[in-house]
Amino acid sequence: MDKQFFGGVAGGDSTAQPGVANRNNKPRTLATSGSKQDSLETLDSPTGSHVEWCKQLIAATISSQISSVPPDTASGDCKVWRRTDLPRVSKRPVLRDSMEGGHIYQGNSDSELPPNALAPRDGSKQVQMDEVPLVPGETIKAVAKDVMYICPFTGLVTGTLTSTNYKLYFISLERDTPFIMDVNLGAISRLETISVQSHGENTRGMEIVCKDMRSPRFAYKEDASQPEIVEVLAKHTFPLSNDLPLFAFLYKEEFPVDGWKVYDPIAEYKRQGLPNESWTISKMNSSYEVCDTYPALVVIPSSIKDDDLKRVVSFRARHRIPVLSWIHPESQATIVRSSQPLVGPSDRRCKEDERYLQTIMDANAQSHKLTIFDARQSSVADNNKAKDGGYESESFYPNVELNFLEIPNIHVMRESLRKLKEVVYPTIDEAHWHSAVDQTHWLEYIRLLLAGAVRIADRLESGKTSVMVHCSDGWDRTAQLTSLAMLMLDSHYRTLRGFQVLLEKEWISFGHKFAARVGHGDDNHANSERSPLFIQFIDCVWQINRQFPAAFEFNELFLITILDHLYSCLFGTFLYNSEQERVAKEVQTKTVSLWSYINSQPEDFTNPFYVDYEHHVLYPLASIRHLELWTGYYVRWNPRMRPQMPVHQNLKELLFLRAELQRKVEELEREASSSRGSLSSSSEHTSSPSHSGGTPLHTIV
Amino acid sequence: MVRMCSASFLNRDISCRRHLSPERDRVTITSRLLQSQSPAGSFRANHQPAPSEPITSRLLQSQSPAGSFRANHQPAPSEPITSRLLQSQSPAGSFKANHQPAPSEPITSRLLQSQSPAGSFRANHQPAPSEPITSLLLQSRSPAGSFKADHQPAPSKPITSRLLQSRSPAGSFKADHQPEIKSEKEHSRKEKHPDLLPGEVVFCSASTVLKYTQDDLSQRGVFGALLCTNFRVSFVSDEAPAEEMGQLFKNKLYGENDIPLSCVDNIYGGYEDKKKLLTGGLMKNKYPSKIIIHCKDLRVFQFSLTFSKEEDAKKIFQGIIHHCLEPKSLRCLFAFSYCENTSYPEMQRKKQTVMFDSVEDWTQDMKRTKGNCRLVSENRSFELSPKLPQFFIVPANVSDEDLTKYQGKGLPMWCWSHHSGCALFKTASLPLLPEDNVPQTHMEKMLTAVAHNHLYSVKTEDLSETLPTVQDIQLSYNKFKQFFLIDNTTEFWMSDMKWFSSLDNCGWLDIIRQCLQKAVEVVECLEKENTNVLIMEEGGSDLCCVVSSLVQLMLDPYYRTLLGFQSLVQKEWVVGGHAFLDRSNHLHLKDKVESQSPVFLLFLECVWQLQQQHGPAFQFSETYLTVLSDSVHVPVFTTFLFNNDSHRDSILRAESPHTQRGPLNCPTVWDWSVQFDCKAQDLFTNPLYAEKPKQDKSVRKSHRPKHLRQLSLPSSAFKTPPKKGFFKDEADSLKKILRVKRISRWMLSPSDSPQTSSSAREFYEAWQAKPLDYHGLLLPCLDGPSIRVWMQRYLRWIHDVQILGGGPVAVLSKVSEILGEVQELQRELDRHGCTLASNHKGARPRAKTAAEIASRSSVRLSSSFPFVTSRNWSFKPAIPTSLLQSLMVTGIAGNLADRADDGDDLQSMV
Repeated sequence: MDKQFFGGVAGGDSTAQPGVANRNNKPRTLATSGSKQDSLETLDSPTGSHVEWCKQLIAATISSQISSVPPDTASGDCKVWRRTDLPRVSKRPVLRDSMEGGHIYQGNSDSELPPNALAPRDGSKQVQMDEVPLVPGETIKAVAKDVMYICPFTGLVTGTLTSTNYKLYFISLERDTPFIMDVNLGAISRLETISVQSHGENTRGMEIVCKDMRSPRFAYKEDASQPEIVEVLAKHTFPLSNDLPLFAFLYKEEFPVDGWKVYDPIAEYKRQGLPNESWTISKMNSSYEVCDTYPALVVIPSSIKDDDLKRVVSFRARHRIPVLSWIHPESQATIVRSSQPLVGPSDRRCKEDERYLQTIMDANAQSHKLTIFDARQSSVADNNKAKDGGYESESFYPNVELNFLEIPNIHVMRESLRKLKEVVYPTIDEAHWHSAVDQTHWLEYIRLLLAGAVRIADRLESGKTSVMVHCSDGWDRTAQLTSLAMLMLDSHYRTLRGFQVLLEKEWISFGHKFAARVGHGDDNHANSERSPLFIQFIDCVWQINRQFPAAFEFNELFLITILDHLYSCLFGTFLYNSEQERVAKEVQTKTVSLWSYINSQPEDFTNPFYVDYEHHVLYPLASIRHLELWTGYYVRWNPRMRPQMPVHQNLKELLFLRAELQRKVEELEREASSSRGSLSSSSEHTSSPSHSGGTPLHTIV
Repeated sequence: MVRMCSASFLNRDISCRRHLSPERDRVTITSRLLQSQSPAGSFRANHQPAPSEPITSRLLQSQSPAGSFRANHQPAPSEPITSRLLQSQSPAGSFKANHQPAPSEPITSRLLQSQSPAGSFRANHQPAPSEPITSLLLQSRSPAGSFKADHQPAPSKPITSRLLQSRSPAGSFKADHQPEIKSEKEHSRKEKHPDLLPGEVVFCSASTVLKYTQDDLSQRGVFGALLCTNFRVSFVSDEAPAEEMGQLFKNKLYGENDIPLSCVDNIYGGYEDKKKLLTGGLMKNKYPSKIIIHCKDLRVFQFSLTFSKEEDAKKIFQGIIHHCLEPKSLRCLFAFSYCENTSYPEMQRKKQTVMFDSVEDWTQDMKRTKGNCRLVSENRSFELSPKLPQFFIVPANVSDEDLTKYQGKGLPMWCWSHHSGCALFKTASLPLLPEDNVPQTHMEKMLTAVAHNHLYSVKTEDLSETLPTVQDIQLSYNKFKQFFLIDNTTEFWMSDMKWFSSLDNCGWLDIIRQCLQKAVEVVECLEKENTNVLIMEEGGSDLCCVVSSLVQLMLDPYYRTLLGFQSLVQKEWVVGGHAFLDRSNHLHLKDKVESQSPVFLLFLECVWQLQQQHGPAFQFSETYLTVLSDSVHVPVFTTFLFNNDSHRDSILRAESPHTQRGPLNCPTVWDWSVQFDCKAQDLFTNPLYAEKPKQDKSVRKSHRPKHLRQLSLPSSAFKTPPKKGFFKDEADSLKKILRVKRISRWMLSPSDSPQTSSSAREFYEAWQAKPLDYHGLLLPCLDGPSIRVWMQRYLRWIHDVQILGGGPVAVLSKVSEILGEVQELQRELDRHGCTLASNHKGARPRAKTAAEIASRSSVRLSSSFPFVTSRNWSFKPAIPTSLLQSLMVTGIAGNLADRADDGDDLQSMV
């Protein structure tokens, strides 16, 4: 972060003028200059030339503002849907990223709302537009007036920028449709400011690089009398770097449902039929002494002796021994996860580890084999040997079959997503869209992951063979693969609650390093530990969801909400790296769970098309032809890519109609039965099946 | 009871016996012994299958010099059995087949094509009572062959046994035929092809052709007969067709193994490992062992001819090449012989699609859109120009004299009137002749005429300058379709890696985008600027059709209904004079190769994009569009057979005297019952279609709904009495002066594209900002991610990309299920309304729609529903074969890939 601070007095008139946005020529000017500069940025990434282009951009924008005469506002024909659902908002704010304040569903293209913003409900009501909506526990820290938002889609907008301890909130009332944009501070990965000399005055530019695929840019006059908003912003954006608590600990909302109760490991294992004669729920890690990144409860073979287990513990990287993730209800074939064995350059053996795997194999009577899926590229796995890691040798482990899934590591993924952002934000190159997406390799990696998970699921289902999955440490690619395979195999995980359990179990409790991978509240944006592995996983889920539109109880909004709150730091769900840390920080008592919010209004997150594909294994097609870039998430800031009406809206209407009719029929039947008096009072009884009849409803009806 | 039908001659004792005696129950048998090349191999297959499992046994292609084959079948009762002994090339081969089938089942056993120098065949049939038996001994070419066939047929059953075409130098045949056989010919025909269409004639055929199943390189396949008729190339499998729910969507004209001749796109010959494009003409050199047929509906067939008799193979090969690739005359197309042989009921078109073949149709349409132009009926018998339709509409100011000039070129033809009064016109542009400025003045005159239509403003758009040419379209599509014409799995997964880049390279999606973009620009002129628009191109019947119909689809909700859409195609394309015959080059005329181009498909693609983005606005479904795109290549319908109205008229008139029954009466494609039954047609409608709630009843009363107006428009302009309108015109004289300037400007510079595209962008954004009305204006989003590949059409035949249990059908079935419930409740409610006190406990009968049946088992349907039957259903997932190589190729990982996941090193605990 290189910030440059310049003192200076700002002259008012030239920057006040830009406020009146010119819809007819502004976007064009911006788009051209923007795209030209973007290519520069591509060449030399984070800072250097980037600052340069930012300067140019701001200068160009400002000068064009001055020269242009504001025409009649063409936006007069735009119909506005104003704030909706007010009573509910005051009670419980909608928490989707940038939805706060975005309760105003504007059709107008300049509002930066995610596409999945729910359609307006009835009873729209005007609110105080200049008021910043706050969530309980949120306080305003700084306000700056006459700030220009350099919107890459519609041009300059002048308004008020407010920084709270939770979000950055920009509102402009200069058009007849209020323009609102807000960014959760947690979503910000980097703040940069530059100073531009333009027409004799100092203008300050600020770029906010976000983790959620956008980089809003602001320009404002320097004003000595105003507190420096950037400093305040930086302080609260990176609380950990400034000895402040994460906002989740300040958030005071109360929900009717307690999301921390969603996952109970004992109950989940019991659902799978565990413990049984071969597997036991072990408390050996109850104080996190055996393995500090594993949960307190793990399922291990029941016949294993403590001494042997110790040997196995020391033979596996970071003590992450093979433990059970999922067991097939019929064949008893299991998905087991672990870290890499510490084979080292000298091909060390560990008899206990070999026996341990044999025990896992024996627990499944249907097959006399065990398949190990090493998620890494085989060359990398070889290199790991030099670093004391490695992989199981098929000659030492009898009946074991080793497969490499050839998935690149977290750095490759980070780079891929960075490229993807360049493709989708702010402008899209129409003509070369597909090649550009191809260049990022993002979908290729998605395909690789899906293909790997399909192989795992197939081995279990058709091969009835137990499977062990590991990468290096067993908390990144391993979590991706096991949870995807479980999603394919077990229809329970495809429900709204079941998916929450899956995340709590495979990701959160098994120590996916959320804090390190996301970098909550940390200002070190260049940290190589950061990587979008969880996003990649959710993307895979979305891809499966798209291929099987009726197989999931949850909808796209649910997935987007999860990703938004992965960054927001509003909930405690995705904070910290391991269960141990979470217990130490008392996350469950001091913060709110994301699932509390979700499960308090599940109707927003359910898929109206849902049909329970019970006991049906889903095999998504890992073909690029069937993969698609998730525009609903990655390109959602582009107003042109937004659907005007959610596709599901029609079906929801249909469901509503059905409920309405059912009600009417019931009423009539009741009437009929009462008119016939006491003769057949039982007829009321017969009408009730029609109410609940047919398929179960999962949506608001 | 044993009747001998024997032909025995000379030499050794190769015998084939069939003993038949009933045993066990419910078994079919499949077992294959393939391609034995052992020098002295002996094969034995004993099948004693357990009950209720299907088995087929085949012994194929033994090339052992001294091979002996034995197959014992002991199948159980009530099961079909097919057992074949094929093509022994052993110099001294012996075949034995014992069949012991049970009563009451059909048996087909064939001994085919022995090429053994000294072969003897024996077949004993001891069939049970009451069943038909056909046993054929065909085509022995052994120099000294002996045949023996024992038939022990039961009473009261037709038996056919034939010994055909023996060309052994010393062959003698004796055949005792059962007197019961009455119609042998019919029987055999039936056996060969169960459902020839009326007027269909088989040209040639070959048996024992192997049709490869597409999925892999293992060369597995199904045996059957390959036929070439005047309608199609047809493969009749020897195996009993599986009756499954895929039959729901059966096309009545051709099945899944039939290729209508006009549907054949390319034929390749397979020579060992090479694949060569065949181009007709006589094959001088070696005949290929394999024929690969690429169809225009993107199916791929691979047939192997190596197992059938050489003579037959040659014949069928030549036949297919000749009938599929050689130039022919229009009268050879199947439609004519089909129509002569069917008494086709006159389509009750008055209740259906508007055909635009009468004055009423045109006046109705003009009335509906409140157009104010002049209907021309002087071309009723094409006196004015053969290029013009019988009836058409021109601006009111066009004089009679103007009509006759330039054979209809440069004549602005009315397409559609916007509710503001401005209208869309299209024209074939006049050739530019610099030395002669008569066309110039004519054009100006025409423009003035158009301008007089509304507000004296007109905008011209020359599509030839701004859109790709028909040749570009053809080139691009040729590249594009290659991604879907896939011969085997390996090839598929290899091409999967390059998918996105190849998509961009072929440019097909970009052409779609450009067409939609152009249509949006025209819509903007009509909707926002309220100017008349005149689109023109050289012929006036290709891209003009695309753009004008897209514009109407975006502006007029009527055309988004099923019947409306069909009327639109009829108006703009069929009557509008799109040269379907030349563009699809059904006749394979060498001089028309250049003009071949999938322009109509391009239009359907654009419609599909619109439909994807605004599903509920369309009454018809994606499946409908796919089927329509296929129907272009079925030469039965008059809709797509001709180049224009006069062409159709002259051909049909010329053909009529040949028939006894008066004028030829061919079906149009819109009569879907020719192809599909009612249940299948249900899949043409979109269950999520948002019907205009109020209109419901009025629509049903008048089959031509009123032109729907937007709310945003001042309605007074149309309700004003004529006099007032006249005054209004007068008052607008000031405007007139202003607009005349604009006209001249446009005539000088017809397009200012860079500006229009960005203004179109703004136009889209302004429209997007408003709440969406499915019955109002619809605009497509044209950004990169929004233009997609029409998966259903292009991927439906590729086995590896079928999502089992998924795809859009999952949603479709859920919706139709709920829709069914809603309708049922509605009925319930109505019933209650009528008779409040009547019994309401009765069971509610419910009509089952096709989609509903589908919903019963949506888990078992695949993404290619309804086009591919779920016969191939298996739970095995498709795993990319080139999984591992993929990233090696990309190589972008570089040093990143070698880095450890975390900064710190591993801690060693040992």
